[in-house]
Amino acid sequence: MSEVEHVWIARDYVRCSGCRRCEIVCSLSHEGKIWPEASRVRVFMLVPGIEVPHLCTQCHDYPCVDACPVDAMSVSKETEAVLVDKEKCIACGKCIDACPGKVPFIHPIENYAVICDLCGGEPKCVKACTEGGWNALQTLKREETHSFKLYAKRPEELTRDVIVQLYGDEWKEAV
Amino acid sequence: MLGYAGKFLEVDLSSGNVKEVRFSEKILRQYMGGRALAVKILWDRLGKRWENIDPLGPENLLLLLTGPLTGFAPGGRLCASGKSPQSNGIVGSTVAGEFPIELRCAGYDGLIFTGKAERPVYLFIKDSDVEIKDASHVWGKDAKETLRVLVKEGRSELESRYKGKGLWKEPAAVYIGPAGESRSRIAAVTAKWAHAAGYGGYGGVMGSKNLKAVLAKGTGPLPNVADMKRVEDIIDLILRKDFKSTTWRRWGTGAAGYDVGARVSSEPVRNWQEEWHDEKTFGVNEFEKFWVKKYWGDFGCPTTCLKLAVVREGPLKGAITDNPDYENQAYLGPNLGIFKAEENIYLTALIDDLGLCGIQAGNVLGFAAELYQRGILTKKDLGGVEPKWGDVQAFAALIKMIAERRGIGDVLAEGTHRAALMISKTKRVDVTPYVITAKGIGIGAHGIRSGEDYPALESYPCSVQGGDHTSTAFLPLDHENSELRMVLYDSGVFCWFNFFNEEARDSLWDLIEAVTGWKIGVEEWLNVTARRVLHIQRAVLLLGGPDLKWTPETHDDIPARWYQPLGEGPYKGKAVDRSKIQEARKEYYEAIGWDENGIPKSEELKRLGLDDVDKRVKKLRELE
Repeated sequence: MSEVEHVWIARDYVRCSGCRRCEIVCSLSHEGKIWPEASRVRVFMLVPGIEVPHLCTQCHDYPCVDACPVDAMSVSKETEAVLVDKEKCIACGKCIDACPGKVPFIHPIENYAVICDLCGGEPKCVKACTEGGWNALQTLKREETHSFKLYAKRPEELTRDVIVQLYGDEWKEAV
Repeated sequence: MLGYAGKFLEVDLSSGNVKEVRFSEKILRQYMGGRALAVKILWDRLGKRWENIDPLGPENLLLLLTGPLTGFAPGGRLCASGKSPQSNGIVGSTVAGEFPIELRCAGYDGLIFTGKAERPVYLFIKDSDVEIKDASHVWGKDAKETLRVLVKEGRSELESRYKGKGLWKEPAAVYIGPAGESRSRIAAVTAKWAHAAGYGGYGGVMGSKNLKAVLAKGTGPLPNVADMKRVEDIIDLILRKDFKSTTWRRWGTGAAGYDVGARVSSEPVRNWQEEWHDEKTFGVNEFEKFWVKKYWGDFGCPTTCLKLAVVREGPLKGAITDNPDYENQAYLGPNLGIFKAEENIYLTALIDDLGLCGIQAGNVLGFAAELYQRGILTKKDLGGVEPKWGDVQAFAALIKMIAERRGIGDVLAEGTHRAALMISKTKRVDVTPYVITAKGIGIGAHGIRSGEDYPALESYPCSVQGGDHTSTAFLPLDHENSELRMVLYDSGVFCWFNFFNEEARDSLWDLIEAVTGWKIGVEEWLNVTARRVLHIQRAVLLLGGPDLKWTPETHDDIPARWYQPLGEGPYKGKAVDRSKIQEARKEYYEAIGWDENGIPKSEELKRLGLDDVDKRVKKLRELE
């Protein structure tokens, strides 16, 4: 571990308002445009009222990085975020297959995998969410004892978890 | 063109032809988008034979339009329009959600539907790939089932289309429920279970075209703008103001269900027989017990005034909707003699599921219940249902009959104004004194008798959108709630609720420039742009037809009931003075540029380049 305090983005789906301010600030910062499908955090809403921000959780074992056949992916020493080398990436999608949450995706018009870079350690999505008082996304100190991988889930799985909590058991099969 | 995707899709449902349509920069500079552009399109295409166009016939258009600020101004919305089956004029009716964002990201600023599909269909837009698909498997299904099936289908189609690229978010949708399918005049174009473009009756228009839903997935960005940095700065300013809007954030409009009754005394109670109640069981604190999400909103919204309410146990178990908001609280609550939060949540979820407008449905239900109270409509007339005030199950039964057009439901599905004309005829008794509408549109839940609520004397009589409480006439014309200003929100297209703050509101002119590059100041907007829109809306409202026409002398008025004194509460005895309405009306005509008979003046129309409108309204002037 490096000396710098690393963070990760914890998420509380029940608190997500669905305002998608996270998508707006993320895409503005990374793409210079408001571009929901190119945002590194994307709010899935498979059922109205069940909004799940979907983004990288930086698994300890980084299966995506391991799966990359062309060494386009690396782990940032500064932040421990996954970095994608756009020049090297061949958009083969192996990282997507390797990710237990199917979080990475190929950029809508360019040829590389898109994944959260933690904005260099100060995620803008978290700032937007905090400023609005929603606190669905929060930066927490990254500690060895946390199993970040628990959060690497597909949108369907996350939706099922939340829907039972909000709408009741009878909604379990809705997705 | 900056701020616009640049293309519109025209879908002829009769032939299945889909083509791209473009408007010149000149037209868009003049008519922006949403409501204003709808008015332009409808006038150009249907203006010549307006009186003969059946709003529920294949000759009508259904327009679903965004505007250049959609996605940029916090709180994006979509504007539904066409010839209104309620007013026979044009209503710009907006609904929140991500659909307009997806549409713009797919490369389209709006959709124009013509004709009528032979069988139920839905439209699926996947970027430039547009497909009309069979919808017979979801025809007859309620909102929740429709959305579940179509989103699932849409997702699996996206998955195969973009194989190997990872997951895309689900497509966004607008759809109709069974009420729209049965061409009810009080059906809404709906989204996300609980969102509705209610005023105007465009759910019925969509149903008349056999169009069940539209799904959109756009993988591109929002359109290029003139100055993105400036856009960001203005958004930041608006957010900072709205984050301070504690009341709207905390309760949405849901605190008003008690407050507007108990304090302001302008809430419909038992079909407006009263406008006051002090029922603490209807307090927002009672509603809060059902909330499972305290902040719920749509794309880019800082206020997130919605709250998700779920009834988890008891006989009404399973109802899910937002808060409800004040309008649904009032109209499906006190207006029906219902003062229990969970009963109101249940009825609101029911109208959501069936695709009705809560205001129009509550208006006609209250009307039917009063006729039952007075013995004009009997249990037999009502198919065995006895709508006693406060009987939630009786009202639920009537709502289902309306959505299916079953028995008396077939009459009530026509909306209060038309239902009253039919019932007066069959019962040989004048039931119009119990009608609370303006130009065929049930009036929003804000009365004017106490004088304490926001609408003014001229608000409903002079509005070009009749009873619509969000687009009301105000003097002076630069009033913050002026109908001329409302045209901006509906044409932008974005949510009015993020612009109650003056600084946020004033920033809109800068935002328009930063997005489109156009300098449209408040003066130009009030004197030229929005003025054109109101005049055309006024012209078609008076041309009317085919079933009903309005005359200013008779119909630029408030409901007869509002001339009678309030019977209860702190404003007991207060009523509206008829001469005051006449005065306000006269002043408004003069200010806006209509003659003494309420018809847009020739010189005013010519000033705005609306010579063809002038020619068409000549006929109306000759009738006077």
